[in-house]
Amino acid sequence: MIPEVTDALLLARVQFAFTIAFHIIFPAFTIGLASYLAVLEALWLRTRREVFLDLFKYWLKIFAITFGMGVVSGVVMAYQFGTNWSVFSDKTGPVLGPLMAYEVLTAFFLEAGFLGVMLFGMNRVGKGLHFFATLMVAIGTFVSAFWILSVNSWMQTPTGYAINADGQFVPADWIEVIFNPSFPYRLVHMVLAAYLTTALVVGAVGALHLLRDNRDEASGIMFSMAMWMATLVAPLQVLAGDLHGLNTLEHQPAKVMAMEGHFRSYPDGAPLYLLGIPDEAAGVLRYPLAIPGGSSLILKHDPSAPLAGLDSIPREDWPPVAIVFWSFRIMVGMGILMLLLGAVSLVARLRGRLYRAPLLHRFALLMGPAGFVAVLAGWVTTEVGRQPFTVYGLLRTAESVSPLGTPAVAASLVAFVIVYFIVFSAGTFYILRLMRRPPQPHEPGPKEGAPTRAAGITPAAAIASGRTLEPGEGRP
Amino acid sequence: MILGIDLAAIWAFVIAFAVFAYVVMDGFDLGIGMLFPFFPARRDRDVMMNSVAPVWDGNETWLVLGGGGLLAAFPLAYAVLFPALYAPLTVMLLALVFRGVAFEFRWRTERAKPYWDFSFAAGSFLAAFAQGVALGAILQGVAVEDRHYAGGWWDWLTGFSLLTGAAVVVGFGLLGATWLVTKTTGALQTRAYRFAGWGAALTLAAIFAVSLATPFLDAEYWRRWLQWPHILFTAPVPIAVAVVALRLFDGLRKRREYEPFFLSLALFALSYAGLGISFWPYIVPGEITIWEAAAPESSQLFMLVGVVVMVPLILAYTAHAYWVFRGKVDPDAGYH
Repeated sequence: MIPEVTDALLLARVQFAFTIAFHIIFPAFTIGLASYLAVLEALWLRTRREVFLDLFKYWLKIFAITFGMGVVSGVVMAYQFGTNWSVFSDKTGPVLGPLMAYEVLTAFFLEAGFLGVMLFGMNRVGKGLHFFATLMVAIGTFVSAFWILSVNSWMQTPTGYAINADGQFVPADWIEVIFNPSFPYRLVHMVLAAYLTTALVVGAVGALHLLRDNRDEASGIMFSMAMWMATLVAPLQVLAGDLHGLNTLEHQPAKVMAMEGHFRSYPDGAPLYLLGIPDEAAGVLRYPLAIPGGSSLILKHDPSAPLAGLDSIPREDWPPVAIVFWSFRIMVGMGILMLLLGAVSLVARLRGRLYRAPLLHRFALLMGPAGFVAVLAGWVTTEVGRQPFTVYGLLRTAESVSPLGTPAVAASLVAFVIVYFIVFSAGTFYILRLMRRPPQPHEPGPKEGAPTRAAGITPAAAIASGRTLEPGEGRP
Repeated sequence: MILGIDLAAIWAFVIAFAVFAYVVMDGFDLGIGMLFPFFPARRDRDVMMNSVAPVWDGNETWLVLGGGGLLAAFPLAYAVLFPALYAPLTVMLLALVFRGVAFEFRWRTERAKPYWDFSFAAGSFLAAFAQGVALGAILQGVAVEDRHYAGGWWDWLTGFSLLTGAAVVVGFGLLGATWLVTKTTGALQTRAYRFAGWGAALTLAAIFAVSLATPFLDAEYWRRWLQWPHILFTAPVPIAVAVVALRLFDGLRKRREYEPFFLSLALFALSYAGLGISFWPYIVPGEITIWEAAAPESSQLFMLVGVVVMVPLILAYTAHAYWVFRGKVDPDAGYH
């Protein structure tokens, strides 16, 4: 029996999608940025060049704001499983709960415990201990990604479980639970995505300031580092994505069918549809732009290999095809642009024009948000592609939801939307305002000078942030 | 049971420990937020916020451990209680969003600073109030049917839950004020002492009121607290509260700097022990015991390994962070 789709279910799904989409933006940035900060501090400790310390403090302030928003939007996630998805929690808690508890124990505490020292402790502890704190925060972000991606991957490709008398999933083999089949691929794909996302933001900020002054040393350094990442990691990411896709084909074929727009089966080789309009009701892809045999070539490494389509799967098990089809294309499109940026910047670098290429800088500036777009589109692809299940093939989304009335879920959804837009718009505004200004020599730290000097009249922070460059200052 | 060890009972203590660690650590920083409206001077507010800025994130992580640990060790309780507490938990989460971002946003703007100060204060107040309401709502019992919450989305709202909400607000206010005493000097400290005095009086009144109301919620609570011979075991709790309270007032009057904060924590510990007496061995009062809600032993054992290894480490580096930022907040030097 297929449970009916209710308003409360739909609203709960919208709320989860909304809150998790907002949340993932922050870790996608902080995972990469924490590592970048560790690299900058290491470079400063090794070379003693002040410019690395300036860059470190510049990005540290941006990290602090982003991390704060990531924390508060993350606490929401930890509770929302229970408030809105209580049946899911009851049934999967014995398997997924311990993984999330390990995330708290090994990652969240590590990040939080050393974040204070990292942000405010530079003059309170030695240089070595401060660097250690930065490293711990960076490692914490990675460990957090490890556990939560293991949880998500288990929902996609559940293994190592049994089902008890109460209908709960219970652990049978923890190694199989944690290292379930899609986990290694998802972990690599997401961590690379986080690094690329950060590199694109850092590159865009560097590009912005190079466009204004192409001799600025700090801007040049961050732009160069970011473009190296784009050049090296974007091709790796394409490879990782391809392997992830093959893994999905093996374990979640319906998702790949939706991604590819394959409504019907192709016994003699499936075409690669570059574009088209999926018509789910009719079960066809309208106005297709196809490369014959392309999909079979990518997925089976043989243009005439047979590929099954959605017609081989019961209708009630179809994911929403159009969403998956389009989000996948947006992600791939962003990936191609990243490849292009990496290649173009490499050419400019080899020709010695990396800092004097205004068109490249404009391109890099435009690509600043591309990582976030790709991350969101990628997650939409994989999460919507898992539907109509929360635990793929085993537990339906409609059977996972809390027994709540529509008014309760509607009210909380409205509240989340209003609060998130107010709070995270403000945060984004403050981050952009920090980015608008290039790194300064003797860059202040997160709160240096923020407390007032005398009697609370002089707003030192405002003076520091409004400070303008003297002629010749800040040039190498 | 494995080797005769009652894992469910151990986990009940682990969760209780996490929640108490949360109350001990986040209580005072929520309290600092609630005191903001009474300290309008910018310089004072800077000091107050800086007294908790380096540690608040770690403090709040205990809340995530409490929630995550409940899901992992007692998934049925998590699945029943959280929908029952839908409105208060949603309010708490949104309030924590507002106060959490204020730590950073406040320093990034001049024009909007008053708004983020308000968001810090109101967020802290609402988070504390919602936590108290949630506690009261659990204590008064929730409707359960067939592994589901079976009540409506306003069931939590009673006079009792509003009372526990107010109790947690004044209690955290006391923790905030006594914490502020330890971190400040001069005029600001003098005002903190005064607020600590008010906080202590209100907290004791709240403890008294909640204790008085609890036995009337359910015959089981009555039997447990007031019937012979149970009263032999429960009576020491209120007596200890009275002793601690006298010392607290004495410490505040004699202006001992650190004692009042720790005595306030002792008040919380005793109230918490009292809650334990009321709850045990139920996790959803009168409906679900810890054994009925427990995850399979393989889940609880797997996690217990992590707890045994990690929690001492966490406590060690948390203590280190507190040590690094020890002493008075210097209003002139900033936080470096």
